[in-house]
Amino acid sequence: MDAILLARIQFAANITFHILFPTISIALAWVLLYFKLRFSRSRDPKWMDAYRFWVKVFALTFALGVVSGITMSFQFGTNWPGFMERVGNIAGPLLAYEVLTAFFLEATFLAIMLFGIGRVSDRVHTLATVLVAVGTSLSAFWILVLNSWMHTPAGFELRDGVAHATSWWQIVFNPSMPYRLAHMLLASGLTVAFLIAGLAAYRWLRGDRKPAVAAELRTGAALAAMLIPVQILVGDLHGLNTLAHQPAKVAAMEGIWQTERGADLRLFAVPDEQARTNRFEITVPNLASLILTHDADGEVKGLDEFKGEHPPVAPVFFAFRIMVGVGVLMLAVSWWAVWSLRRGREPSPALAKTLLAMTFSGWVAVVAGWYVTEIGRQPWLVHGVLSTAEAASTVPAPMIAFTLAMYLALYLALIVAYVSVVFYLARKAGAPQSPAQPLAPAAAELRHA
Amino acid sequence: MPDLATPAGWLPVVFLLLMGVAMLVYVVLDGYDLGVGILLRGAAEAEKDTMIASIGPFWDANETWLVLGVGILLTAFPLAHGVILTSLYLPVALMLAGLILRGVAFDFRAKAQAQHKALWDRAFFGGSLLAAVAQGTMLGLTIVGFAAGWLPWLFALFIGACLAAGYSLLGATWLIMKTDGELQRKAVRWAHASLWLTALGIAAVSAVTPLVSPRIFDKWFTLTTLPLLVPIPLATALLFFVVDRTLRRLPVRLAQGNEYGAWVPFGATVGIFFLAFYGLAYSLFPYLVVDRMTIWQAAAAPESLMIILVGALFVLPTIIGYTIYAYRVFWGKTRELTYG
Repeated sequence: MDAILLARIQFAANITFHILFPTISIALAWVLLYFKLRFSRSRDPKWMDAYRFWVKVFALTFALGVVSGITMSFQFGTNWPGFMERVGNIAGPLLAYEVLTAFFLEATFLAIMLFGIGRVSDRVHTLATVLVAVGTSLSAFWILVLNSWMHTPAGFELRDGVAHATSWWQIVFNPSMPYRLAHMLLASGLTVAFLIAGLAAYRWLRGDRKPAVAAELRTGAALAAMLIPVQILVGDLHGLNTLAHQPAKVAAMEGIWQTERGADLRLFAVPDEQARTNRFEITVPNLASLILTHDADGEVKGLDEFKGEHPPVAPVFFAFRIMVGVGVLMLAVSWWAVWSLRRGREPSPALAKTLLAMTFSGWVAVVAGWYVTEIGRQPWLVHGVLSTAEAASTVPAPMIAFTLAMYLALYLALIVAYVSVVFYLARKAGAPQSPAQPLAPAAAELRHA
Repeated sequence: MPDLATPAGWLPVVFLLLMGVAMLVYVVLDGYDLGVGILLRGAAEAEKDTMIASIGPFWDANETWLVLGVGILLTAFPLAHGVILTSLYLPVALMLAGLILRGVAFDFRAKAQAQHKALWDRAFFGGSLLAAVAQGTMLGLTIVGFAAGWLPWLFALFIGACLAAGYSLLGATWLIMKTDGELQRKAVRWAHASLWLTALGIAAVSAVTPLVSPRIFDKWFTLTTLPLLVPIPLATALLFFVVDRTLRRLPVRLAQGNEYGAWVPFGATVGIFFLAFYGLAYSLFPYLVVDRMTIWQAAAAPESLMIILVGALFVLPTIIGYTIYAYRVFWGKTRELTYG
């Protein structure tokens, strides 16, 4: 394999691993604040129990996000030296603002949020929780600004091949930014909603009937049921925005090779890049045109219009179907759950098992979605400005292969450890010796190093 | 050297200063917590929890200074970022693996099943050591200007071992401040044991740097500059003497319950790191890659630097403010950490 491909796989492996954890911590920070405020308002200990359990998951998640994020800041340079050389004047300040406004805020107040109870007043502790939540969201904002700029660059001019900023307003509020940011924040909310509901269902199935379990189950299901329709709407708007700015990506998502009017929606197909056509198509007539142009007879540009300049079709096509498929499943399951749990009803075993199976469904949708948009940008790194090949490193292939193997082994082990520890924490929280009543005994149980 | 009155002239200098401060703060702050990780190997089971509790609230923010330092290199000196990090590709990758291992071991060791705790403790020790040695190796390779061959690598690995000792010194002196009883007395012994290798490392860097580059040799050894520079090595030697003497006296005092001077070894060690850093910065300036690329050749466009500077001037004081606040909240001898 050549060095560019290896560098891409390595970067993809790292960023895939990284995104799993911020996806959880962004929304979980706000959910923790919600639990804490519910407790302050009602003094019902179940909310504090829920807070105490999820703050542990948050600490673990955050640590994994931090360490994999540090790796990112180095891999920009080691894998894509051309990126900073050519568009550093734009990317640099955006990354700098992320570090300055978000990273220190999160990291410092996390300590007070985690270990500050008893050392600072309750109000300061709540404030620390708010600041951590603000920090995680700010971090998402800056990095999505940069990512969106790479898809829909604006507010710059090229001088001797190097990008120089002309309008920071246009750079920050570039055409795809609002859609991508909303889409990602909602995805984070959905991931956390299903994580919370899934783990609560797990505890329920094991016979854990603490009040906190039912409260978490309801919170997760309700949050998911509220967010998923909004997400579907935002996803549609994001798609239309992509159609306007990156039509080749949309053609790959839909598996449309020739420009056509009244294009069918391919529910399933196997794209064949050699023959430039699909095999085993299952289609719904005119639906692709209806979705993309809001006109059953509208014209959709095909991949043949972008020969040599469109992304590899199969990964984009399949990843898109996985993302949408999980989304539809989320809609069905969350509404079923809210209906079944109405007015204090208990979950049926079938529902609990389904929710348990969906615990990490958010991860699948998020990773698939990012593959759609990032592979869909190829062969560009910055759309129309800088190609991926131009930015690649000159590090010899064997060295990249060695470090790639090292990273992959590490990431796999850590994902397994993370998932198993999260379930272990759920079992431990439900164990009989862990009392439902608050404070003193729980503190010993929750000893943290 | 370009005209320092123009933004293209002075902005890179300001950013070099900011990057230097971020790197120095990183080395001192993450240095002590990496050091505690390295020392974990010699601790008893019960002591491990206390040692890790002493750094638990801080390590996250400490590592953020590394992101800031590399972030400034990336954003302010984009041309150098690529050259430096591709030259240091292997040690950087190993350092990252080490930082990942230890960062997650922090949380896993407390949350995973009890029978896995020893495994995470080993990961914590191994990750800390790997990160420290890799960082020292990066420093060594930078000093020799990324020269190829086994001799530069041997030198760099030696500096890696010395930096691990330096971090152990920071970690041990940190523990002297933050703990008491048997662990505190142990920390005094650990500090003493890591002292000589730290000193040897600083001596090696000071000896090799002028030999690698005639330009750096001339900067130090001319009649006009020498008298002004001699205080740096002298002060460093004095601080080593202070650390050594305090460490000799502390066991008796601590046995009597007298904490007088318990902060002196840590304070003096920070001073040593500051002076070593200052000397190194003086040698290298204004080059980012020894005798190949200056800060002005590597800098981003002045308009972009200005945008970052404005933000940094507002935000950095805030960051320093709440960092001090966090240290005050967790001030004093380490208590067990709980989620309350």
